[in-house]
This record gives sequence, structure tokens and C-alpha cells, in this order.
Amino acid sequence: MTLSWWLALAGGVLIGLSATLLLWLNGRIAGVSGIVNGVLLPRAGEVSWRVAFLVGLVAAGGLYMAFVPGAPLPRTDFPRAGLVVAGLLVGFGTRMGNGCTSGHGVCGLGRLSVRSLVAVATFMATAIASTFAVRHLWGWP
Amino acid sequence: MKLGIRAALAAGALFGFGLAMSGMTDPRRVLGFLDLFGNFDPTLALVLGGAVTTTALLFRPVLRRGRPVLASAFQLSSLNHVDRQLLGGAALFGVGWGLAGYCPGPALAGLGILSTEALWFVPAMLAGALLHRLFNRA
Repeated sequence: MTLSWWLALAGGVLIGLSATLLLWLNGRIAGVSGIVNGVLLPRAGEVSWRVAFLVGLVAAGGLYMAFVPGAPLPRTDFPRAGLVVAGLLVGFGTRMGNGCTSGHGVCGLGRLSVRSLVAVATFMATAIASTFAVRHLWGWP
Repeated sequence: MKLGIRAALAAGALFGFGLAMSGMTDPRRVLGFLDLFGNFDPTLALVLGGAVTTTALLFRPVLRRGRPVLASAFQLSSLNHVDRQLLGGAALFGVGWGLAGYCPGPALAGLGILSTEALWFVPAMLAGALLHRLFNRA
């Protein structure tokens, strides 16, 4: 196994540990789309812990990428129209389906939820189809 | 700062750190996995594998406590049926994910480094969420 594979596994474990921490201490599911939505459409008592979680995520992720040598950096050249369309689909879809890769994937599967298993299978399938269509049928970007 | 806020901050930081360490913050790696028929990159499977193994092992003992440490009750989704909303929503999310290679977590982490792609994707993602709310009020 290469270094990047070890880092992938280790990073995944840390993600799992963070979800465990949030559940154990705060009693909440670390589903990023749900956490974001609770800030976007705020209800009393539901905002501060979410803002704190997101600030931690953004800050730690940013600091890691900025200062750790060899840290994978985000891509910079994807067409903006594609980013907007993708963002709209992800934003809409995660609300409609009530979860994303962290909510249904990391947490839902960890809870052995059948609903999340179905969600994960579904979004994996359409994601793979989407990538295939865009890259190989359409030859885009 | 209240203890619960500090705990959430710490959990978020661990999450962001793990995301960046795992390489999922680079959408090319994510797409490398989703592109089964192209230059296949198994990284995503390793990340998800590590994460789900961890939660599958640790969630049950945590939940068996009966309540969280800093709150009065666990707030878990009580939904347990598969319906059109779940299937449709997951399907749409997947299409968007497979298009640009971003899901919410990595996109937000990108904001931490002022990634230009994140600066386009995240507002659109928020707009999509608001659109869903709009359609649901009707």
C-alpha cells in the first residue's frame, strides 16, 4: 500500500472518530448537509453547535491544506457553470434525501440503517453514472 | 464557551482534519473512484471503509449509554422507511457529486483555503437547499 492509501484509511478513521465524538458528547449525527441546513434555516437552540462544528471543519481542513507538505489540494480549473449545476443538485438532493456521504454514509451505515444503505447505494450508482456520462459520453469538461 | 460548543468545534476540527488528510478535499481523487471505467483510484473506498468501520464499532456502545454526555438526549432521525424522497434525493445528490466531485464536507473544507471552486460550489449548494425548502412549502 502506498502512503496515500494509508493516509486515506487514517483520514477515514479520523472522520469516523469525529462522528463518534459528536454523537457521544452532543448526541448529534455528523451529517454535513443537515448541519449546514440547520444554519441556513435556523431554529432556536439549533445554531451554535452547528456553527462551531462547521468552523472547526473549515479551519482545520484549511490549515491542514495550507501547512502540511504534500497535502492534496482542491482542483482549480473546473468550469464554473458545472460547479453551479453540481452545487444546486447536491444542495437540493441532500435536503430531499435528508443526508449526504457523511450523514447516510459514515453515520447511517455505522448505525446499520437500511434507509441509509439504500441512500448510499442510490447516490453511489447515480454518481458513477454521472461521472461516466460526463467524462466518457460527453467528454466534458 | 459552553462545553457543548467546544465539543462540536473539536469534532468539526477532527472531521476537517480527517477529510484533508484522506485526500477527499481534492475532487479529482473522488472522481478517480467514481470513474470506474477510467483511471480508477480506490482512495474513496479506503476513506469510507475506515470511517464506517470506526462508526460501526463505536456507535453501538455510545448509544447504549442511553444519553450523550453534554446533552439530554440523542437526536437521531426517526425515519426508517425508504420512500420516493429518499430515492429521488439520493439520486439527484449523486448526479451532482459525480459531476464535479464535491459533496458538502469537502466543499466546505475548500472554503478554508479559499478555493475558487468552493467559492462557486458552496453558494450554489446553499441555493439548492433553499430551493428544496421553497418547493416543500408549496
